[in-house]
Amino acid sequence: MTALTILDLGYGNIESIRLAFARLGVDATLASDLAEAEAADRLVLPGVGAAGFAMERLRSTGIDDALRRRTRPLLGICLGMQLLFERSDEGDTLMLGLIPGQVRLLDPAPGRPVPHMGWTRIERADGVGLTAGDHVYFAHSFACDDGPATAARVTCGRPIPAAVRSGNLWGAQFHPERSAAPGAAFLTAFLAA
Amino acid sequence: MPAARIIPCLDVADGRVVKGVQFEDHRDVGDIVELALRYRDEGADELVFYDITASADGRAVDPSWVSRVAAVIDIPFAVAGGIDSVDAARRLLAAGADKVSVNSPAIARPELLAELAAAFGRQCVVLGVDSFRAPDGTLRVRQFSGRPEAMREPGLETIDWARQAAKLGAGEIVLNCMNNDGMRDGYDLAQIEALVAAVNVPVIASGGAGTPRHFVDAFRAGASGALAASIFHDSIVSIGAVKDTLHAVGIEVRR
Repeated sequence: MTALTILDLGYGNIESIRLAFARLGVDATLASDLAEAEAADRLVLPGVGAAGFAMERLRSTGIDDALRRRTRPLLGICLGMQLLFERSDEGDTLMLGLIPGQVRLLDPAPGRPVPHMGWTRIERADGVGLTAGDHVYFAHSFACDDGPATAARVTCGRPIPAAVRSGNLWGAQFHPERSAAPGAAFLTAFLAA
Repeated sequence: MPAARIIPCLDVADGRVVKGVQFEDHRDVGDIVELALRYRDEGADELVFYDITASADGRAVDPSWVSRVAAVIDIPFAVAGGIDSVDAARRLLAAGADKVSVNSPAIARPELLAELAAAFGRQCVVLGVDSFRAPDGTLRVRQFSGRPEAMREPGLETIDWARQAAKLGAGEIVLNCMNNDGMRDGYDLAQIEALVAAVNVPVIASGGAGTPRHFVDAFRAGASGALAASIFHDSIVSIGAVKDTLHAVGIEVRR
């Protein structure tokens, strides 16, 4: 069975991600220090929480540099994907800088409330197990810049990446652990990467 | 834009799903996990579990059934009931809930909303508002609605309170129109429109659904999601029929 590790730094939706992999027959282990994170074959960086707090936890454990050096598969979910980018408007936080681009606040407009909350249709997708037309579940107020790493795109006032992929570096702005069959397909694709 | 969300609401009392009419006379409608799975299979976009007696009983939602739900379903769910601190919310999110919904404790201490948003992000923080249309037409907030004998009016107007809550950190507002609850004669569309115009966060309509057409009306009034309980529990209307009707009039749904 594929060895899977979820980074547990005291923030994030670890349990719901762990349970989603369990439904796919994969028992994830939790990593809470540098050695465990570096030993992981496949590593998941969870979401939910504040960018500044998450980056501080990564820095103080030295895991930030381990992630920058990492060549084996890494998946960031929601905030975890935002951490892969260069900088966030959320508290003007310096992020990991693994993917070019910024993380910016979404602007509300009539008929388009923020947070972006709910099931939004994927417009195009490539190489991450998703198909154009799939609806996946989002819950976020900040979004990453669209760019060459975008592997699945939605429009939320502006085009934003629903998922990114750059080699073994994966990210999901949506919540695959709560996105029914398309979410499971995405996680399955990551497990096969 | 996200698809229109259909959200079955499961009122929980003593670990079972119950349903009342206008928040009274609760009767047992089934096991939490069985109903969660049934609605997930029928196409629910999200679930909300209200522990309806928690606030009035002075306790928070029990994390043990939250874990059981989180293990089996692959759609998002919110939990509500007596969540009055960051620690209480953390236990429920750690058990696998996606969002926490607060109502009476936020009325008692509005800073709770800011504390929750700072800890988890506003997308995790839902405000439930029990709104009663008074005889003079004003919309008033009610507190402790889960227990008729404990219910009181804190002296807030619905729109003012919702606007304040969204500024403090609520990332979504569930508007429970109490006069319409369980009556099956439609959502309070004027009230939904007024709230949608007043806040920038998603508004979820609750109270009064009786036919698929009522859902069309709620989404046309600007709701991001529509909540219903008795019509789904009693199989009066199926989630599939609601989505077929929405799709037929050009409202995007997930299928």
